[in-house]
Amino acid sequence: MTAFTFEVLVSLKPGLLDPQGKAVEGSLPAMGFDNVTGVRVGKHIKLTVEAADEAAATTQVQEMATRVLSNPVIEEFEVLEVAEA
Amino acid sequence: MSEPKVGVITFPGSLDDADARRAVVAMGGDAVALWHAEHDLAGVDAVILPGGFSYGDYLRCGAIAARAPIMDEVRAFAERGGPVLGICNGFQILCEAELLPGALIRSASLRFVCEDIWLRVETSQTCLTRGLTPGETIEIPVKHGEGQWVATPGQLERVEGDGLVVFRYSAPDGQLSDATNPNGATNHIAGVRNPAGNVVGLMPHPEHAVDPDVGPTGGQPLFASLFEAALAGASA
Repeated sequence: MTAFTFEVLVSLKPGLLDPQGKAVEGSLPAMGFDNVTGVRVGKHIKLTVEAADEAAATTQVQEMATRVLSNPVIEEFEVLEVAEA
Repeated sequence: MSEPKVGVITFPGSLDDADARRAVVAMGGDAVALWHAEHDLAGVDAVILPGGFSYGDYLRCGAIAARAPIMDEVRAFAERGGPVLGICNGFQILCEAELLPGALIRSASLRFVCEDIWLRVETSQTCLTRGLTPGETIEIPVKHGEGQWVATPGQLERVEGDGLVVFRYSAPDGQLSDATNPNGATNHIAGVRNPAGNVVGLMPHPEHAVDPDVGPTGGQPLFASLFEAALAGASA
């Protein structure tokens, strides 16, 4: 078995209200950054999976991302493989 | 009428479990405390998932609780036709468990909303509204930060087309307007049901609305309906 480390990036679907993004965006002009739009705040989940090979590990992370790490009703996700640990 | 046994599940971070049990007793039922880590519903006739902040709302509201051990039994109970009610965080848990359609996100106002509001009953085809008439309104409190019900376009079409909306936020006379929508919920939706009508979730709190000494009593007819459904057995 090999350990593979992944990052899962979860973000709210476009069009859905992102209050954190809105709040961050609202704070920027006060600091002089008045040219910023489209701030969205998402989640970054890092994890390590022990699996026989990379393909098996990736398949498992995709499944976990679909079934629990994200909610497909309101979110989308991206899986990045960081490294063979 | 014999007393229905109504189970109230406590998850780590549940807040309204004691109030839900108290409301069950106040309405003449037998309240049974259930624990999230057990695989046992103790033979209850109905199950309530109460409000609160299970698992600190980590990941998403209700996401971790929806995968708790007892949810296997809740799912099986629901499939047998047993009445299941999710209130506030309990509604979020049922959506996360995919026992109900949609999801709950941060309220459009970005504020925590805590007030008495009015609901228009949309259907009597549920374990929670069988004693009510569509179009009727009831007064009941809401208290939540993430109560804006949203759905995918496909889900929304099914929810509206199949009559799965149970309650909408309304004025006392049943009129709908943005002013009476406390959280920006899609189509003013405050509660939905599964196609069979034995699983219902809503953001407002019927368990806080049974005692006339402390506020509105819109929860009374809902508990009465739930008890009827519970006593009618798994065939309800």
